Amino acid sequence: MPVIDLSNVIFGWGSAKPVLDIPELVVRRGEKVFIRGPSGSGKTTLLGLLGGVLTPSAGHVRVLGTELNSLTAVQRDHFRARHVGFIFQMFNLIPYLSVLDNVTLPLSFASDRLLAVQHSGRSPQEEARRLLGHLGLTDPTLLERPVTGLSIGQQQRVASARALIGSPELVIADEPTSALDFDTRSAFIQLLFSECEAAGSTLLFVSHDRSLESLFDRCLSLQDINRAVGEVH
Amino acid sequence: MSILNLALKSLNNRKTTALLTIFSIAVSVALLLGVERLRVEARNSFTSTVSGTDLVVGARSSPLNLLLYSVFHMGNATNNVTWQTYQELADNDAVAWTIPIALGDSHRGYRVIGTSGDMFTHYRYGDDQTLSFKSGEPFSDLFDVVLGSEVAATLGYDLGQKIVLSHGLESAALQQHDDKPFQVAGILEPTGTPMDRALMISLEGIEALHIDWVNGAAPRPMLAVSAEKVRQMSLEPSSITAYFVGLKSRIAAFRYQRAVNDYAPEALTAILPGVALGELWQLVGSAEKALQVISVMVLVACLVGMLTTILTSLNERRREMSILRSVGARPWHIFALMITESMIYGVAGTALGFAILYGLLFAIQPVLQTSLGLHIAVALPGTFELVLALVIIGCATVLGAIPAWRAYRNSLSDGLTVRL
Repeated sequence: MPVIDLSNVIFGWGSAKPVLDIPELVVRRGEKVFIRGPSGSGKTTLLGLLGGVLTPSAGHVRVLGTELNSLTAVQRDHFRARHVGFIFQMFNLIPYLSVLDNVTLPLSFASDRLLAVQHSGRSPQEEARRLLGHLGLTDPTLLERPVTGLSIGQQQRVASARALIGSPELVIADEPTSALDFDTRSAFIQLLFSECEAAGSTLLFVSHDRSLESLFDRCLSLQDINRAVGEVH
Repeated sequence: MSILNLALKSLNNRKTTALLTIFSIAVSVALLLGVERLRVEARNSFTSTVSGTDLVVGARSSPLNLLLYSVFHMGNATNNVTWQTYQELADNDAVAWTIPIALGDSHRGYRVIGTSGDMFTHYRYGDDQTLSFKSGEPFSDLFDVVLGSEVAATLGYDLGQKIVLSHGLESAALQQHDDKPFQVAGILEPTGTPMDRALMISLEGIEALHIDWVNGAAPRPMLAVSAEKVRQMSLEPSSITAYFVGLKSRIAAFRYQRAVNDYAPEALTAILPGVALGELWQLVGSAEKALQVISVMVLVACLVGMLTTILTSLNERRREMSILRSVGARPWHIFALMITESMIYGVAGTALGFAILYGLLFAIQPVLQTSLGLHIAVALPGTFELVLALVIIGCATVLGAIPAWRAYRNSLSDGLTVRL
């Protein structure tokens, strides 16, 4: 069963020309897929469809075998909370929460992920420390600090720990490295890979940065799979 | 992390605006509660200006006029009550005690009341309190005077001081009773009633002042009676202005009232002071309504201010909302988060308002008691206060639904990523 299975998906705002037209996109379990897409290629729309905040005008969006179109908005929210972890480009931490509170935040919205943490025999805080430790954030004073005091690289690692906590099946990263320099970037991606492997999560990595392509199992160009913008280069 | 916890941490992050909003709500809540408390206490204090008295009797006039001159010492009596009539009606079986009062003289703008020693044993005001002495004692000598607290304080009089009373009521009275000066025998504690602004002498004292007067004019020097000589004379008053009645049983009040009103030899009016005071309060009490309306307006303004604060914060928090959405928050979580914030404002503002009110009451109470004689009880919040608190919190919550709804809509349309 593929983790992501899109077939003949068309999405448009109102009656205008569709912004997304994807005949097929399949991502298998455990894959680390790189999707290259400059801005305007329908990247945000694709993430919205996968996250279940947008529904296609036509076609099927299946995540983990579940047809998202068939779910109600509330069910899609539950589904996202349970199965998908997100990492965004920048500023994706809640500014008024501590590092630990930010990491454990998804557990308060998804009881399944909380259960998964508890099954491992750890408290949410211990699990958050463990993940942060693996991502190279071990300084205990740092963990209690407000997140606004962290560097961009540190913030992205905190966001990764938040996406990974409770072992969601799918991790979607949207340009998480664009604010990092190249060395930090590679190190960050290696950490992300190993944590995804440890958690058994599939990784969908969206970026416009071709230099990262070689690190991934598979690379796709959104312009190639999206017929709606195929002609525009 | 619960929604409440999240809302608290979010507010903590915007401490200054949050505290200011809470403080403004608190001040308006304290204002509203304080006005209400003062209103109730002022009315209580007003309507219990005379509390133990069952009836007030004077010459025939409107009840309000009789009340005004006998209790509040305002305006003039239309006529007097003859001493004989007073004696006869005071002898009625139903009567337990009477306090005669004779008005007409003044001292530097303050009224002089001629009365009997019964004033100090039977007169009641407020919560069944008697007149008590700050210093000295009731008048015993013909030329003794007892001062109300405000008279003594304003004019700076002390025990033993000699003062001269004036004939008539104008503050710049022309004719002085300077041949018969009085000596201060006692000074009363503040009562919060018109008694604070009165001087009391015996009825015989009033008689002695006027014994040599003819048709309301001062005697010619050769006919004047000296203060020494007057002591040997019969000083039974010929008339009084009004008298207060205490009955053995309240049930007899209407019967006695009818007996007075129907009294054939003289045209008299008897009033139940409680009823007349209630009518008077209707007249003077409209100011309290205005105060109430103003304090409600202030509260409304503060709640609208809170609404503005939250609405303004919405835009800068759009990213925060979409981050919450991306980690799994449902739109109703966003709604709950926003409405919880308003509730926190409401609850904290109301609680702080109560704290401010009680703090002020504790601080002000002794001052009001000694300076105005107004006793404000610092009691636990009553039903009114609790209902008011719930209404305020309810209003804050209902108003909070507006930004909560907007945040809800935003979070639906923004999806997971906001580029600001």
